[in-house]
Amino acid sequence: MMWIFLLSDTFIFSCFLLSYMTTRMSTTVPWPNPSEVFALTVGDKKIPLILIAIMTFILISSSGTMAMAVNFGYRRDRAKTAALMLATAAFGATFVGMQAFEWTKLIMEGVRPWGNPWGAEQFGSSFFMITGFHGTHVTIGVIFLVAIARKVWRGDFDVGRRGFFTSRKGHYEIVEITGLYWHFVDLVWVFIFALFYLW
Amino acid sequence: MTNVAVPMEGQQHLLHAHVHDALASGASHTKGQQHPIKLYLVVWGWLFVLSTCSYLVDYFGLHGHLRWSLILLFMVLKAGLIVAVFMHMAWERLALAYAILLPPVLVLVFVAIMVFESDYTHLIRVISFAPTA
Repeated sequence: MMWIFLLSDTFIFSCFLLSYMTTRMSTTVPWPNPSEVFALTVGDKKIPLILIAIMTFILISSSGTMAMAVNFGYRRDRAKTAALMLATAAFGATFVGMQAFEWTKLIMEGVRPWGNPWGAEQFGSSFFMITGFHGTHVTIGVIFLVAIARKVWRGDFDVGRRGFFTSRKGHYEIVEITGLYWHFVDLVWVFIFALFYLW
Repeated sequence: MTNVAVPMEGQQHLLHAHVHDALASGASHTKGQQHPIKLYLVVWGWLFVLSTCSYLVDYFGLHGHLRWSLILLFMVLKAGLIVAVFMHMAWERLALAYAILLPPVLVLVFVAIMVFESDYTHLIRVISFAPTA
């Protein structure tokens, strides 16, 4: 079922990226250069896209810890599974925090869904729509991860305690399902990073 | 998403090794997937390398076709690694792989349609809204 959901979610994100592509291709006003828009000034030097690069690495790392959590889940190693899931959630929360910082920075600089200081007006609406929707997904993922990690920690899956996804004794499938969702969020970011920030 | 299959084929050898392991040990197949942690760490490392590469493309300010092809190449490779290994698609049955991977590939048709459409819109805008001084 998670795969079916992910497929439909793929279409949603495809539509966002498609509409972004269409507006960007059809506008006669030059598109703001993302390399400069997302640059951060560290000390005296302007480093292009550095925040986005760090966010990318954080999300990839969270995918790595998630993959290992799934692995330890199948081995019924409760402590390691829960710890790795919490690490994943922490990475995810960091990612959302950095995104909030980025949004704040851009809004302070005058980016709005209907306009911005550098060029095509559609930049703002595309940016807020795409990254906002992705950030929402990450947030939901973090909540989901923490909830499942708690159940793993408590041993709900070993004793078959009554509750959400825990009734089948000894099955850690929900860890894998959570993992699927989380990897998908990372996957979407791969496309956003390439098509929105780098293009 | 077109070339998602390419990195997956690259994983085929690994895949067979794992399937044999799983069948040989018997139990693990029914209880889910057991792969060595090292596999995940290697993939993780590769994702880091690929991300760094795509960041460097921007950092050095490459432009034109080289930039696009490199960005798309790194993107597809990363997506392929995540789907194939992290999401375990390489070890799923073929029917699921086709059912999930084929529809997003068809989105490319939509992309092509919208490329024509936006080119047309752009042309009309240039013709109709050109500043007449």
